[in-house]
Amino acid sequence: MDEIKFDEQVDITDKVCPMTFVKAKVSIDELEDGEVLAIRMNDGEPVQNVPRSMKEEGHKILKLTDNEDGTYTLYVRKVEE
Amino acid sequence: MALTDTQIERYSRHIILKEVGAKGQKKLLNAKVLIIGAGGLGAPAAMYLAAAGVGTIGIVDADDVELSNLQRQIIHSTEDVGKPKVKSAKETMERMNPDVKVNTYHMFVDASNIRELIREYDFIIDGTDNFPAKFLINDACVLEKKPFSHAGIIRFQGQLMTYVPGEGPCYRCVFQDPPPKDAVPTCKQAGVIGAMGGVIGSLQAMEAVKYIIGKGDLLTGYLLTFDALKMEFRKVKLPSNTHNCAVCGDHPTITEPIDYELNVCEDKI
Repeated sequence: MDEIKFDEQVDITDKVCPMTFVKAKVSIDELEDGEVLAIRMNDGEPVQNVPRSMKEEGHKILKLTDNEDGTYTLYVRKVEE
Repeated sequence: MALTDTQIERYSRHIILKEVGAKGQKKLLNAKVLIIGAGGLGAPAAMYLAAAGVGTIGIVDADDVELSNLQRQIIHSTEDVGKPKVKSAKETMERMNPDVKVNTYHMFVDASNIRELIREYDFIIDGTDNFPAKFLINDACVLEKKPFSHAGIIRFQGQLMTYVPGEGPCYRCVFQDPPPKDAVPTCKQAGVIGAMGGVIGSLQAMEAVKYIIGKGDLLTGYLLTFDALKMEFRKVKLPSNTHNCAVCGDHPTITEPIDYELNVCEDKI
């Protein structure tokens, strides 16, 4: 499986909704257009909601990988408005 | 400057908004807003701006808190009676949000001090209750090229408009000159429903926030009126021709702020 190159990473496994998305959003706001953020999140609600919220912000979802430890990593490419 | 974890949590409901985000919140934290009048309008405006994390808030008022203020001026409490309003307002805002730096000006604005006072701020809120002050603030903001929110409240009615240099009429374009003394009662004489300050002052805070984050449409070129008894808002389009205005027109005759005479019965909010 090809590893995705990312520019920045953030771990939101210590947060619950809505702070999961807030923490991820603050991280992606710091990136330049086209850069990739890797977001590590817990299975369940974050996996349901964070990718959708990122998409609604206009960013591009590249991949969601199962880390097989109860967490997932979401790769998102920043799309500036 | 990155947001701290505490700030990310405090402002999370802002940051979630697409129109605000971390960038917009940082703009708010770096912004400077001056509120003239710590009364019915200034109280809710100051509280919402403090809660929103506007980094520097200036507040101007020469008066002390009176018992009759407390029915509407929610930034002051019963134990504040007798205290300068600016001190009471500062204490409330600092308790609400330690991110905010509050500058207090325990004085009346007049032609000699207003230009210098507004110069260091990004946006001005007119929370005064008398025509001389409203024309003074308008003229000073036009001359210093500062955006400001005008508002007025009386009885069950309120109104507001926003001036941004070069983007529409100023207050004087619309109202020309102060009315004759005694032609219009002040809210001291006429009364005002307490929540009116909350409605209109909060809308002034909303305009300031939108101006700072640079999103949405401001009330430039419009006067928004609110009749609480009929529960009617009206957005009235203002004349776009500003050429003949005495202060912001093509050939201004007013080049310095003017101290109009204050009706002796009038009282600052």
